[in-house]
Amino acid sequence: MARYEIYVTYKQGIFDPPGATAERALANLGYEGVNSVKIGKFIRLDADASLASVTEMCGKLLANPVIEDFRIETVEE
Amino acid sequence: MRFGVVIFPGSNCEQDVIRATQYLGYQSEYIWHGDTDISGFDAIVLPGGFSYGDYIRTGAVARFSPVMAEVIRFAEAGGPVLGICNGFQILTEAHLLPGAMLRNSGLKFICKQVSLRAEDSVCQWLDQPVGTILQFPINHNEGNYYCDAQTLSQLKANGQVVLRYVEADGSTAPGGSAPNGSLDDIAGICNERGNVFGLMPHPERMVDPINGGTDGQPFFTTIVRKLAEVAG
Repeated sequence: MARYEIYVTYKQGIFDPPGATAERALANLGYEGVNSVKIGKFIRLDADASLASVTEMCGKLLANPVIEDFRIETVEE
Repeated sequence: MRFGVVIFPGSNCEQDVIRATQYLGYQSEYIWHGDTDISGFDAIVLPGGFSYGDYIRTGAVARFSPVMAEVIRFAEAGGPVLGICNGFQILTEAHLLPGAMLRNSGLKFICKQVSLRAEDSVCQWLDQPVGTILQFPINHNEGNYYCDAQTLSQLKANGQVVLRYVEADGSTAPGGSAPNGSLDDIAGICNERGNVFGLMPHPERMVDPINGGTDGQPFFTTIVRKLAEVAG
């Protein structure tokens, strides 16, 4: 059994409305110097599966390659 | 003429499509998402709703429902497929239409009547004169259409942009008229062949005049006429 931690984020250049809203809200709260906020998804997978197989799962279902990038980290138990 | 309307868990506009098509005098039946036989249907409609709770992404799970393999086969053979709202989202996830849906740019669920302009397209579901203004309701949270620049230029060059959001007088506001931030004001697109058509607005709700308009009728009557022409 392996644990995989997957980060799904919008591709570069794609407008991220929740991120942009958080960015404005932080500025409104008086935090200066926040240049960019991007909001994505975090998925944890415990699976008897190879990294290649998890990569396939991401490309097929967990992320949409048209708009999203994903990064997989294998966590040692 | 027999329409098949797919029900996914979480669909909620399937009855609207059934009623609209029956109002126009066509046969129309539900197809369960677990079915793997869609033979006997002349056209398939993927209705609006919130299939699988919109989890992961809108349409992402529905796209792998057992029936979808058959819908993809049907579409690739030239069969007419219409995706309305969540149905459009499912069609992009299934790669039957290019691009993807993002959250509305204003982060609000939008529920209102909008004006749309019929564009010069190859869409088999609509042959309204270019520039015809149609009024339809929209209600969605993820209708912000996106594709990359190369795909957009292909859509335009191939006549795949079917409908654009416009102002009530048919003009485009500076900065665009899409209420959801949709790229190039796109409200509906079709595939290169024109048989697969997806749109965020709801034409099925503008068929029976009791709902306040009949602008949705041409979508269903056009595809029926085109199918009759092909059948000779």
